[in-house]
Amino acid sequence: MDIVLVGLNHKTAPVDVRECFAFDSLEADAGLKELSRIPELTEAVLISTCNRVEVAAACQDPDQGVAAIKDFFSRTKSMPLENFEQNLFVYKGDEAVQHVFRVASSLDSMVLGEPQILGQMKESYRLATQAKTTGAVLNRLMHRCFMTAKRVRKETGIGDHAVSISYAAVELARKIFGELTDKKVLLIGAGEMAELAVEHLLNHRAAGVFVANRTFERAVALAERFRGTPIRLEEVEEHLKIADIIISSTGAPGYVLEKKDVKKVLRARKNRPLFFIDIAVPRDIDPAINNLSNNFVYDIDDLQGVIDRNIDERQKEAIRAERIVDENVIKYRTWLEGLDIVPTIVSLQKKLEAIRQAEMAKTLAHVTGLDENGKEAIDRLTQSIINKVMHDPIQFLKAGGHREKQKKEVLGFTRDIFNLNNSENGDEISPDEE
Amino acid sequence: MLFVLALSAYVTGFFGYLGYLIFHQEIYHKVGHYFFVLGLGIQTFVLLSSFMVSGVMPVENLRETLCFTAWAIALIYVGFNLRFRLMVLGAFVAPLVCGIMIASSLFSGSSAVSPDLLKGVWTFVHITAIFLGDGAFILAACVGIIYLMQERAIKKKQHGFIYHRLPSLEVLDKMGYACVAFGFPMLTFGMIAGFIYAQSVWGKWWSWDPKELWSVVTWLFYAALLHERLTVGWRGKRAAVMAIIGLAVVLITFGVNFFLLGHHTQFTKF
Repeated sequence: MDIVLVGLNHKTAPVDVRECFAFDSLEADAGLKELSRIPELTEAVLISTCNRVEVAAACQDPDQGVAAIKDFFSRTKSMPLENFEQNLFVYKGDEAVQHVFRVASSLDSMVLGEPQILGQMKESYRLATQAKTTGAVLNRLMHRCFMTAKRVRKETGIGDHAVSISYAAVELARKIFGELTDKKVLLIGAGEMAELAVEHLLNHRAAGVFVANRTFERAVALAERFRGTPIRLEEVEEHLKIADIIISSTGAPGYVLEKKDVKKVLRARKNRPLFFIDIAVPRDIDPAINNLSNNFVYDIDDLQGVIDRNIDERQKEAIRAERIVDENVIKYRTWLEGLDIVPTIVSLQKKLEAIRQAEMAKTLAHVTGLDENGKEAIDRLTQSIINKVMHDPIQFLKAGGHREKQKKEVLGFTRDIFNLNNSENGDEISPDEE
Repeated sequence: MLFVLALSAYVTGFFGYLGYLIFHQEIYHKVGHYFFVLGLGIQTFVLLSSFMVSGVMPVENLRETLCFTAWAIALIYVGFNLRFRLMVLGAFVAPLVCGIMIASSLFSGSSAVSPDLLKGVWTFVHITAIFLGDGAFILAACVGIIYLMQERAIKKKQHGFIYHRLPSLEVLDKMGYACVAFGFPMLTFGMIAGFIYAQSVWGKWWSWDPKELWSVVTWLFYAALLHERLTVGWRGKRAAVMAIIGLAVVLITFGVNFFLLGHHTQFTKF
């Protein structure tokens, strides 16, 4: 039994190739049905996100398995293999396991440490279990990968600190204002990044938005989207008295707000802090405002500098994350190797023998007046009971299932009901636990 | 013996806080804080039991006075942190408390004061209120220092070690204000109790003692600070700077008897 993985991602394939290969949930369902019909593959999971399309599968012969998955891609997407083979990566055995763990832990993501991928993996797994294409091997692989990803998120700082401009702005606002619940936002101009920042601020319960724009109609439309108040450009100065966070993104050639404009309102504001986020190029906010007490100005370069440093931090944390991944790959391999007939029977026998010995010792300690003959008889008796009880289950295991998938199922089940994983390896966790 | 125990608990607490500051793992703070509170508990027990036995306020000489100061700072810190939960603050306050405790042990414990002077309800109120008030002012200055560090990091756009570990400016500003707002009425109350006590002992409210004079200066300073905050809005950086200057005034008031004699001199004798 081997695990193979074939797929493509943002590193190996340009976006036009990736979009050809993407499976939406309906296609994924059909794809999984198709995968379950391939005789070379005993189990399969299909992972499809905007940055990757991958099939992880359990199979008897890795080379045949890989060929079958390549063929599957070519058939379902009606594209000759040679058109996209150079975009595919192929992993076998431990490498495949490691890859799945790395993807779930967001170590393989375009934005290192982004949190969505884990949810997408869970969704892929849910579809696979619905289509009944997973068995003991991939079930455990997926549960293990969720566990690994959670550990990585908890024990490393890979998800800490913003790595997008709009989110960095929110983080800064929180460092200045703490809670944003009573803080008002003033958006001057428009633009994707600025609007995203406003959205993030509102998600952090900012109290409200004023929207100013050169064309009032545009201000009205934007204000409606944010449930805010549209104002005219001339009213901006007046609103500096009530707003706390100013996001500016206009096409104006000069400064929209100058130091003297802000100085005028300081007294009316009772020196409450003002945070200016200047996303415009050329800049809208006079950088000299940063020199005023309790006023903070960040322009686009400052924010970029912040996220560059945060990305560096994440990369440092990724090294620790890789170690957690490797540790779990080894644990998984140990489990997989045990998932064979002989090791299962051996550990079953060991466990029962241990129970027998312990119970014998306990009983003999209490019974008095028993000679060597009697002790031997009890020893033989207990041994033969165990042998009789074990006979049928062992015969059943040796006969195996009819198909490889069933055999693994039976072995996994046997290990579970006799609790063989826990008794050998203290920190093993049953596959149902996430 | 109990003094050593309390001091070691404070020092252990300090290392816990320091560990939290460096490694950013909550467990360090938790353990550190347990020890710090334990130290405070032991010291409270020591002060309370000696007071119960003798009825004398434990400020008979510089050694006791410093100990009492350390206790007041620790108490105010633990109390205020129940509400503000500034986890990094411990790393700044604990060394101060430990330092004062260690300094106190350098001075002899012989007493020059007639114990009767330190008995009675008005002395109790006078001394307790003033020391708690001063403790709050010292805490305000600590918070002010942290505020300035964080403000600088944000202004200069250097988001390093300090920036990620320190709390938001707003929380720091609010806590600094809360400290001053608590310390000021305490000081007022303590001074009134002192006047009443002076009247009952020496027959006059006011005797141009240098400590009395500087206490009034301190009072005026913090009165101005609070007034300006409420009317014009002295907040943020300026409030933080003023809280630190305020600490200097408090220290002068505390140490004025090292240079100038007066009827408070005995308590800082060594």
